[in-house]
Amino acid sequence: MKKYSLFSLVRNALSYNENWEQAWRSPEPKKEYDVVVVGGGGHGLSTAYYLAKEHGISNVAVLEKGWIGGGNTGRNTTIVRSNYLWDEAAQLYEKSMKLWEGLSQELNYNVMFSQRGVFNLGHTLQDMRDIERRVSANNLNGIDAELWYPEQIKKKVPVLNIGNNVRYPVMGASFQPRGGVARHDAIAWGMARAADSAGIDIIQQCEVTGIRRDSGAVTGVETSRGFIGAKKVAVVVAGHASVLAEMAGLRLPVESHPLQAFVSEPLKPMFDTVVMSNQVHGYMSQSDKGELVIGAGIDSYNGYGQRGGFATIEHTMAALMELFPIISRVRMLRQWGGIVDTCPDACPIISKTPLKGLYFNCGWGTGGFKATPGSGWTFAHTVACDQPHELNAAFTLDRFVSGALIDEHGAAGVAH
Amino acid sequence: MLQIDCPWCGPRDEHEFSYGGEAHIQRPLAPEQLSDEEWADYLFHRSNTKGAFAEQWNHAAGCRRWFNVVRDTVSYRIQAVYKPGEKPPVACHVNRADGGAE
Repeated sequence: MKKYSLFSLVRNALSYNENWEQAWRSPEPKKEYDVVVVGGGGHGLSTAYYLAKEHGISNVAVLEKGWIGGGNTGRNTTIVRSNYLWDEAAQLYEKSMKLWEGLSQELNYNVMFSQRGVFNLGHTLQDMRDIERRVSANNLNGIDAELWYPEQIKKKVPVLNIGNNVRYPVMGASFQPRGGVARHDAIAWGMARAADSAGIDIIQQCEVTGIRRDSGAVTGVETSRGFIGAKKVAVVVAGHASVLAEMAGLRLPVESHPLQAFVSEPLKPMFDTVVMSNQVHGYMSQSDKGELVIGAGIDSYNGYGQRGGFATIEHTMAALMELFPIISRVRMLRQWGGIVDTCPDACPIISKTPLKGLYFNCGWGTGGFKATPGSGWTFAHTVACDQPHELNAAFTLDRFVSGALIDEHGAAGVAH
Repeated sequence: MLQIDCPWCGPRDEHEFSYGGEAHIQRPLAPEQLSDEEWADYLFHRSNTKGAFAEQWNHAAGCRRWFNVVRDTVSYRIQAVYKPGEKPPVACHVNRADGGAE
């Protein structure tokens, strides 16, 4: 891997940018690997990257049925935060936040991580009680969190309507200064480039169609490009988790829903932070290009089509119009949907399974993007050591049988 | 946007309905006899079918009654609508989790 630097930029500019090397290879699959990672999104690629970096396992293939980062990694609103309520979740997302903070340097790839702060608004007395509780819990966990009142928020976000002329007036917010946004494609491409240079094969256009087993252990995967043997299979496929689980005869507690997002036409800078609201279902930030990046809650029904319905668009726009009256005439440029796998307790599953050598990382629901590096880091540990790291020990498949759920609906239910 | 044909009121806009998830999940007749695994299966595990899927809808802003729909979860096309207690009129996956009731 040739290092990206100011010097390489100048050198390649002088040769009309015709001599950049490919960021990753497109190799033919080998007959067998130590680990096959199913799913070439951010989580899958970071799993592969940390398998090589932290555990020295580089005989690894990442299989992707489409193109890398083309699923939910490329279909979200790129918000990163770690202000979760419960200790287990807070520590997991905070690990991810810490990894984000060093990622551009580590990967030698600018992931454009911009810690511009994240507001989670409260609109009712109960919202404010929950926010105060969550801010206190975050502080006890060593996570930055502040309680803000409407006049303070108005100074930082002048375009926000804090008046009483709306159905759900803003009563306050939690603010995480270290939260922010990152570039969605860059995390996939940066992880892919780093994993590839460690010797990992990234194989695109290769769909897994079956999981081969022999006496309670996996032996490999059937794919659209033939059988690929594997000592361990690590599945991290977001919305299609149940489909892969069925191939192995497992049932998961997840349901797949469409989750939509939108961007507006580019506008002049109007606010420099992220505003989210669980109560009225909407959140917004402004990209470096000036587009408003807008997200919503999931479409209510189960769905595998990567698109949602107008009912949700209307609901989201109505909510944001009340919060930001200034956007009433802004036109939306693009709209898209991803398939998110929601868990009953709004927390992920990073776990071993009853089958030896089969691991699942799923159930991130609406908020997986922020966890991309932390998810890969803990999943790589789980796969390499055949047991979870203490950070993901609570996020097992068993918790739905034991009842040890981690209820993060307050911090994750709608907002991400 | 879906147009849903309520068995009592006729075709209406999706706005009028609320979603009730997978259909044909039977409440266990003897919950005290269930193992933890069976109880988890009843409470949490779902078929999450890709393709023809039997699900429940409630006509919340209409007659407020529940009914079942078979809908393709990829194309979102509604294939059949039928009343509670009836069997799905078209081929689809039906939940096997009866919570040990039978």
